[in-house]
Amino acid sequence: MKVFITSMLNIDLDSERWECASCGHDIGDARHNYKEGLLARERDPSEIHAPILDAAKYDFTFAPDPDWCRIVEYCCPNCGRLAEVEYLPPGHPPAHDIELDIDALKAQWAKREALDKPVLGPDFVAPPHHH
Amino acid sequence: MGDDMDIGGAASSAVESFLKETSLYLAPDPEIMENHGLEPRTAYEDQCIAKESDPVRLEIVRERILAGVNESFEMLENMGAAPGAKWGDCVSAVYTASGDLSLASSGGVVIFCNLVQYPIKFVNKYWAGEPTVGIKEGDVFIVNDARYGQAHNTDQSMMMPVFHEGQIVAWAGATVHEGENGAIEPGGMPSLAEQIWDEGLKMSPFKVAENYKLRRDLVTFLQNSVREPKLQYADMKVKMYVCRRIETRIHEAIAEYGVEAVVAALRMNLEDTDAEVRRRLSEWPDGTTRHSWWTDGTLRENVQIKINLELTKKGDELTFDYRGSSPEFTNRSNNSLDITVKGMLAQLFLTFIWPDIPRNQGVLAPVKFIFDTPSVLKPAFGTPNAQSMMTVFTAWSAGQVCAMKLLYSNPHKYTRVLAPWFNMINTFLFGGLTQHGEMVGNVCADINGMGGGALADRDGEHGCAPIFATMSDIGEQEFIEEEMPFIQIVSKKMMKDNQGFGCQRGGMGYQMVLAMRDSPAFGFMLTAMGAKFPNIPGLFGGYGCPTYPLSRISGVDVFDILQKDPGSFRYSIEELMNERPFKDGKYTTHPMTIGYTLAKRGELYMISQGTGGGFGDPLDRDPKDVIRDLDEDLISHDVAWRIYRVVYNRETLHVDELATEEARNAARRARIAASKPFGEFCKEWVKDKPSGKVPYYGSWADKSLVHAGSPDVVHPAGQVNPPVIMTHPMQAKIDRLEAELAACREGKS
Repeated sequence: MKVFITSMLNIDLDSERWECASCGHDIGDARHNYKEGLLARERDPSEIHAPILDAAKYDFTFAPDPDWCRIVEYCCPNCGRLAEVEYLPPGHPPAHDIELDIDALKAQWAKREALDKPVLGPDFVAPPHHH
Repeated sequence: MGDDMDIGGAASSAVESFLKETSLYLAPDPEIMENHGLEPRTAYEDQCIAKESDPVRLEIVRERILAGVNESFEMLENMGAAPGAKWGDCVSAVYTASGDLSLASSGGVVIFCNLVQYPIKFVNKYWAGEPTVGIKEGDVFIVNDARYGQAHNTDQSMMMPVFHEGQIVAWAGATVHEGENGAIEPGGMPSLAEQIWDEGLKMSPFKVAENYKLRRDLVTFLQNSVREPKLQYADMKVKMYVCRRIETRIHEAIAEYGVEAVVAALRMNLEDTDAEVRRRLSEWPDGTTRHSWWTDGTLRENVQIKINLELTKKGDELTFDYRGSSPEFTNRSNNSLDITVKGMLAQLFLTFIWPDIPRNQGVLAPVKFIFDTPSVLKPAFGTPNAQSMMTVFTAWSAGQVCAMKLLYSNPHKYTRVLAPWFNMINTFLFGGLTQHGEMVGNVCADINGMGGGALADRDGEHGCAPIFATMSDIGEQEFIEEEMPFIQIVSKKMMKDNQGFGCQRGGMGYQMVLAMRDSPAFGFMLTAMGAKFPNIPGLFGGYGCPTYPLSRISGVDVFDILQKDPGSFRYSIEELMNERPFKDGKYTTHPMTIGYTLAKRGELYMISQGTGGGFGDPLDRDPKDVIRDLDEDLISHDVAWRIYRVVYNRETLHVDELATEEARNAARRARIAASKPFGEFCKEWVKDKPSGKVPYYGSWADKSLVHAGSPDVVHPAGQVNPPVIMTHPMQAKIDRLEAELAACREGKS
């Protein structure tokens, strides 16, 4: 049975493995950090958030300061899709951001029906305005 | 026998009574302030529930009272004089006799009323039996000191006991973000505050009305303590009558259904909410999610401040563990009280995760919190907190990210998973003399213009609502200009490329280009983080927001320019700053953290609202959506290619689908080629301490140790000694200039 943990990562409860939600590539032991099975690279933040104001003229340009912030991207080694993006000070250890109790997860899903796709939830209904 | 004294029975009671009678100062009571959970049921509540327990009947009573509360909220919003009241930055609510928030109005800011439980409990505990105060029918109490229970000191709450046959059966409350409070800067949120005494009015809970009449002696004192005396009086009247309307509706419900039904409905509303939240939490997977984020300043200087969160869900309970976050800043205003963090997180659940749950404090009953004490999220009693929002918003966003990572797999959702909402108040605070000769001090309604986060299947909404009040409004600019001596020359125009990129993109932020006119003395201040380090990330492969500066053009009078040479004006920050169309202008950028500064007529102040985070990999975004954004001038050709890799005809905007697919596949291959296995990457990337290029506050790898500005010195979390005391920015500048001068003189000699 597959559980859709994020839009880019599933856990196969039978094999207890992380897998890419896009291509099904095996990413690793579900009891470990999924990032261990991904590829990672550091980006200068201005490669993503390019200056909107002329960087030759101004100190603050809408682009993050690379002394303060770097972007770390994690992608599937097979299909190259991004599974996670982290904004970190240079050199800061990446987070073990999702650590699930796999035994509890298996027990929980033993009482549930398998899903063939993630449940998005109820549609959004705009609340009434007060003016 | 040791030194311990065994004081039993009567002696102990005598000591307690002696201490109570001789207390020199009634500070906020830790017993009250440390408990965000529900008060135990009273004997009277037990009796009422024994008599009235039919859930259908109690639901009818609940809806009846809620209708009254909603009616009172309409009064508050329509009659309130503060700008905040006009755009929904207010709330009204009913509390149990013990002080628990049971029913908040459907509109308005839940955090406000969630925190009023504390001053009501203070009044119950200290003033009920106090012969010089007491609580009688027709009394009204007021509070604004956040340490006794408010989101921040710029809010004022009034609280009225609701009596039935001589007994308190409920409390009514009304809160408004009033703005002005007599602080060292106008507008109620002073970033210059270095001590709590710079923060202005400090109202611990006290009685301000008797027999439904405001005491004019006290009102006059309060009016003299703030810059907007008429506003102070007007809104005290409004809040009192809002409470009175709630009181009337409760009395009517009692007359129709009986007091037992009303008391039982208020209590069971809390207990049922607690039970339902526990049931819903049981549906989440057990485990821990982690998220750290950094703010980039104290509002006085740029420093890197860590907010560290581990969110653990086990069974039907949730624990927010914020240990490892930055130490407190002893002489800065950006510290947040822990109750403010808790109140904001109640808002996360009640508006972004379970919007169908009754709006009361039962939602936090199954939730635990852990903080280092003292720290930036739980400072000492004497530490300023007037700008708590700068820290609490980041703490809230960390909570949002962690909760979404536990929520996505859940097959039973009550709303949709959402990328982070923009979280910073990119707006102007203002103060001075208006064109009508009035002294004012307040904040622009654009505080509510934050971009919404993207969803799994939908882009976020532009300039939608703030994280703390999903149903508030950004106001009518024209109305504001009738009252205030400044004009937004460019207003509500989306800023190109200011986007949280993703498969679904975040809702974007708009530009504000404004200038003052028609006042001899009027100024602005800005109190937003995020000029160096972005304020929010994206989700599941999406990107966050960029950084946001203040841009200024001084040395010009734009009103003269618009009269004499209107063609030279440009209607975007990008064009005004990059093209520099006014030859005499001085063009500068700054962090969005300037202290109150007097403005000159016609000088331009320019900022942008922030974008919500993107959801998923941008290379998976439907090319049609990229072209729509391009067509609507939301993104540039550069972004359409660099981020989204869409190939199209620049004249017709016709997409070449095959070429786009090939370009995206090539980009994915390039991504793989440029990346490394995680272990290998970490060996190169991870450092054992901060770089030292930036003053750093908070933990690094180990949350039990925190840095206090230096990469080489760490302290046990919560035990930073000496405490963090920042140098006055002007002194820091003088020291720097004197050092430069000394170096120059040395060079000459």
